[in-house]
Amino acid sequence: MSAHTEHGHGHHDHDEHDSHDHGSFKSYMLGFILAVILTAIPFWLVMGNVIPKSSTLGVVLLVFAAMQMVVHVVYFLHLNARSENGWNMLAFIFTGTLLFIVMSGSLWVMYHLNHNMMPGMMDTTGEGMKPGDGQHDMKNMPAMHDMKNMEQ
Amino acid sequence: MSDLTTSNAGTLPSTHYYVREHHPENGTLLGFWLYLMSDCLIFACLFATYAVLGRNYAGGPTGAEIFELPIVGLNTSLLLFSSITYGFAMLEMYKKNVGTTMLWLAITGLFGAGFIYFELSEFVHLISIGAGPQRSGFLTSFFALVGTHGLHVSFGIIWLITLMFQVKKHGLTAANKRRLMCLSLFWHFLDLIWIGVFTFVYLMGVLA
Amino acid sequence: MQLQLDPMKLIFGRLSLEAIPYHEPILVGTFIMVALGGMAVLGAMTYFRLWGPFWRNWITSIDHKKIGIMYVVLGLVMLLRGFADALMMRAQQAMSFGDSHGFLPPHHYDQVFTAHGVIMIFFVAMPLVTGLMNYVIPLQIGARDVAFPFLNNFSFWMTAFGGGLVMVSLFVGEFARTGWLAYPPLSGILASPDVGVDYYIWSLQIAGVGTLLSGVNLLVTIIKMRAPGMKMMRMPVFTWTALCTNVLIVAAFPVLTAVLAMLSLDRTFGTNFFTNDLGGNAMMYVNLIWIWGHPEVYILVLPAFGVFSEIVSTFCSKRLFGYTSMVYATIVITILSYLVWLHHFFTMGSGASVNSFFGITTMIISIPTGAKIFNWLFTMYRGRIRFELPMLWTMGFMITFVIGGMTGVLLAVPPADFVLHNSLFLIAHFHNVIIGGVLFGMFAGINYWFPKAFGYKLDDFWGKCCFWFWTIGFYFAFMPLYVLGLMGVTRRLSHFDDPSLQIWFQIAAFGAVLVALGIASFIIQLVVSFLRREQLKDVTGDPWGARTLEWSTSSPPPDYNFAFTPLVHDNDTWADMKAHGYQRPTEGFVDIHMPKNTGAGFIIAACAAVCGFGLIWQMWLVVIVAFVALLVSTIVHTFNYNRDYYISSDDVVRTEGERTRLLAAHV
Repeated sequence: MSAHTEHGHGHHDHDEHDSHDHGSFKSYMLGFILAVILTAIPFWLVMGNVIPKSSTLGVVLLVFAAMQMVVHVVYFLHLNARSENGWNMLAFIFTGTLLFIVMSGSLWVMYHLNHNMMPGMMDTTGEGMKPGDGQHDMKNMPAMHDMKNMEQ
Repeated sequence: MSDLTTSNAGTLPSTHYYVREHHPENGTLLGFWLYLMSDCLIFACLFATYAVLGRNYAGGPTGAEIFELPIVGLNTSLLLFSSITYGFAMLEMYKKNVGTTMLWLAITGLFGAGFIYFELSEFVHLISIGAGPQRSGFLTSFFALVGTHGLHVSFGIIWLITLMFQVKKHGLTAANKRRLMCLSLFWHFLDLIWIGVFTFVYLMGVLA
Repeated sequence: MQLQLDPMKLIFGRLSLEAIPYHEPILVGTFIMVALGGMAVLGAMTYFRLWGPFWRNWITSIDHKKIGIMYVVLGLVMLLRGFADALMMRAQQAMSFGDSHGFLPPHHYDQVFTAHGVIMIFFVAMPLVTGLMNYVIPLQIGARDVAFPFLNNFSFWMTAFGGGLVMVSLFVGEFARTGWLAYPPLSGILASPDVGVDYYIWSLQIAGVGTLLSGVNLLVTIIKMRAPGMKMMRMPVFTWTALCTNVLIVAAFPVLTAVLAMLSLDRTFGTNFFTNDLGGNAMMYVNLIWIWGHPEVYILVLPAFGVFSEIVSTFCSKRLFGYTSMVYATIVITILSYLVWLHHFFTMGSGASVNSFFGITTMIISIPTGAKIFNWLFTMYRGRIRFELPMLWTMGFMITFVIGGMTGVLLAVPPADFVLHNSLFLIAHFHNVIIGGVLFGMFAGINYWFPKAFGYKLDDFWGKCCFWFWTIGFYFAFMPLYVLGLMGVTRRLSHFDDPSLQIWFQIAAFGAVLVALGIASFIIQLVVSFLRREQLKDVTGDPWGARTLEWSTSSPPPDYNFAFTPLVHDNDTWADMKAHGYQRPTEGFVDIHMPKNTGAGFIIAACAAVCGFGLIWQMWLVVIVAFVALLVSTIVHTFNYNRDYYISSDDVVRTEGERTRLLAAHV
């Protein structure tokens, strides 16, 4: 029941954040500053054309994104193994696993489907490939290869 | 398995088998977290669709041609600032200061509104130059992903305004604090998704 | 999309009187029957002044027991509609050979098989499963309700209104003709410009929201509201399977929501997710929909497995064999169900490497299921088996489901699937596992828990008729389909040219008739049991000599379920309590904190349904008004902070006292 409010037990007010951390001014500011840095660098890298090879740059961007996501999860969402007796973390890891399966699985499957069934299409999956090429050369496909790093 | 000695497996006092008063823990925050995980999977589908369709330009405009990174940077900053201001609102909530909580909530809402304003302007502009969601697979998946995120932010703002009225009316009761904590999770989660959006859609879209 | 400023267009959209199928005799006939039956029901309710009690005690109820019963009623009513579709298909396929074209033209036949699939999965199986979980879980874990009672009510009404929209499509407009998964490009706006696919999309979106929220609700209930002492490994097996089922619901339904939303965007706004040109990719739909679709079938079957676990241990008077391995098998199935989805489209062209991976994972997932079958068998070994109705259904399940499972492993081999994909072999396989697994499980569960819910057992004779008609009927209806599938007959055909096939279809039609008799027996069983309820009465609350906590309550349980929350020390808690001479407490009762009934769930869901109807017919004014109403009523509901009340200890004393008297009088 979600409306377990005032019925004479004063200590209930504190129940809610016994098992939830809620951060402090310092931790929020630290998270904020880290997030700003981890945002500014990717923008600078792209807008300033700092790394010429786009596939490498793509990987770098995804790594920064992953790092900033961790910052958000730790400093803003206060996720740790103790909140809700570990169920939050378990749900998060499970979701992350599914995210990985859905994204990488879809990309893998769709790449093969597109290659076999739509050979004329010049999408990412077709670039640089000779028709009928048995080898699946992955390095020309930045979108799908790097998806594995996109953890939630 | 059983923590009773079987040598004493006769009649036990029945009080062994019940408690007089039991208050189950409140499940609202866990429930909301689980809902957020499901929302995450909706975004996963949208990201996956963008990953598959995102280079299908169909002869139309590409990301490099239509994405304006300064605006994206502005929007990213607005959202990030709104996250920190919500954080401050929560800190004030734990200190039981209704007034300052409301103030920080209002500022958060304004940042969010700013984000929506610039995003809508971007969409309107793109549609006006023939780069609307019907133009190509790339643009369809772009509008769907970024638009869904924007819809979520909009609903968050409506929720935030509603909560401000409720806090004004009832104060920082346990129920209201739970609601503010849920909105906090929602709000930060949207910023988390935005990291994926600005990286994978905008920054990498400009590169392709 | 041009902005229509014509007011008639804004209000009525594509809806016109032509939407009503005057010239389809079957539909007109159906409508007359439904109208007459409906008027009889409405008239009776008015005459007996039942509207008030119906609103107060059922529509607005947030009691998980009432909501569970309503879900099961919804499922059973929709079973009649879905089965009518099945009878029509069997009749058509038995007749339509050579020059004879049966009685269903193709455009009607296509709607029939689409509606059959959609209704059976979404509005029969899901509600039955959800209903059982809703009713039983709080009682099994020693709780007084689910974690979010209002949300529970809202979830039910969303599901019910979703089903309502499908029913409306029968008389206003038409339904989809695409099959139950509505693949584009057939379901796109070019190939299906009519409202059928839109009915499909919006009824499923609305019902899907209900299901997702219900999933979150039951998960939090199981995690947070177990009685003290009920550690995870002391939960009943049904609760474990429900936990895994709800994990699957929360993790799979968002995918369905996203995919259907994308399809609706393609149809309404001309986007290019799944189109053939401008950069769309129809195969992505198939990929995503099956990422949902495979977990969905485990959502359906895992609760059935849980039901069987409870029944086997009760009717063999033994603790379930291999509790730990049952739990782990269920968890493994839950995780693996996300790694097999491609086996639904081996033939779409992903090639050998991809097909091999998914073929292997599909074969692996049969292993934990096999482990469960062995555990049930080992539980029966040396048990004192009582062949009551629930046990009969369980035995039927074990044989039938195993056959279906084996044909599934056969289909998991990609080269075999290349021959059998979309043949009647596939149809036979999935009906084999869904009927043998899910449906038999639901009948078993209904027979098992009916006395708990209503205070009297179901009639045994008519129950046995139901079981035997269903079982024999199933084999007659579907074994021929395996033969036909191996001979190469494709699914979803309404006409055949090869007369040598006809005999098989006629046998299958005969099987369908037997199943119809089974359904009739079930209805008779309900009526007869009601009439004989005094003789069939369950006084003790534990008519089967069962082992889990729900059987410690009266039949039916009081509103608050347990006067005192149980304290758990062992698995099979009720069996443990009985073994140690547990005496019911008869005094010392306190006030009990309960949630209040509310009409908000019904109202919000009704707004959603109207909005859905408007979206289907592109009645934009209706859409806007209904959506705003939905938003406003939700916000208004959140301003209601007065959602609970207390049952006074005097009322508890009275209720418990009555039970004490009842038990004493019938020793």
